[in-house]
Amino acid sequence: MSDMDDMDEGSGIVKKFMFLNRKAPHGTVYALEGLEVVLITAAFDQDVSMVFTDDGVYQLLKGIDTKGIEVKDFSKTYRALDGYDIEKLYVDQASMDARGLTEDDLIVDVTTLSVAEMANLMAEQDVVISF
Amino acid sequence: MLHIVNKSATDRGSLESCLRMATKGSAVLLIEDAVYAVTNGSAAAAKIQAAAADLKIYALGPDLAARGMAGRVLDGVNVVDYGGFVDLVAEHNSCQSWL
Repeated sequence: MSDMDDMDEGSGIVKKFMFLNRKAPHGTVYALEGLEVVLITAAFDQDVSMVFTDDGVYQLLKGIDTKGIEVKDFSKTYRALDGYDIEKLYVDQASMDARGLTEDDLIVDVTTLSVAEMANLMAEQDVVISF
Repeated sequence: MLHIVNKSATDRGSLESCLRMATKGSAVLLIEDAVYAVTNGSAAAAKIQAAAADLKIYALGPDLAARGMAGRVLDGVNVVDYGGFVDLVAEHNSCQSWL
C-alpha cells in the first residue's frame, strides 16, 4: 500500500503514541506545550499514553498555586484528560522515590511502573514524542 | 555574596556547582525550578542541610507555591517573597546567577 493510500484511509489508522514528560512545570514551557499537543492528538482517536519520568513527575503534584508567579495553572487540566479518552497515565517509580513523592501527592490516578516496565512500554510504541 | 540558582538540581548541575564555590557566610537563593531542592524527600535535601551550616539558604515562596511545594520546605531554609528577593540583592555587594 502506498503512502497516499495510507493517507486516504487515514481516519481508520490507530497508532500507539507515547508522550514522554521529563520536565518540571513552569520553569520551562515544555510541560504546558506537551499537554496542549496531547489534547490535539486526542482529537484524532489515537492510542495515547502519557508518561511522567524524572522532573516530569512534578507536573502532577497536588496543591499547585500559581497566582504568585502570574502564570497559568494548567495542573487541573490533567484531571480533564479522561474526558478526552486519555486514561493511560504512567509514572516512573524510581523518579517518584528520588523526589520523596508517593501517588497520594498526585492530582490524578496513575499507574506506577518499574524501570523495566517503563522500558517495555516505550519499546512497544509506534511514536514517542518527548517534552 | 548572593548566589542565585534557578535550575532543578535533578536536571542540571548548577546547584552543585554553586554549593562547591559558595564561601562561608554567603547567601544562596533558590528560585524557579531550583526550589525543588529544598523540599522534604528531595535528592538534594541532605546536601542542602549540610550546606546550611555555613551558608544562609533562601527559597522564593511564590515559586514554591506554584509547584505545590509550599508545605514541604526543609527546616533551616528561609522562605522569602519578591520583596525579600530585592532586599537580598540590595544587602549583598555582588550577585552570581548560576544559569
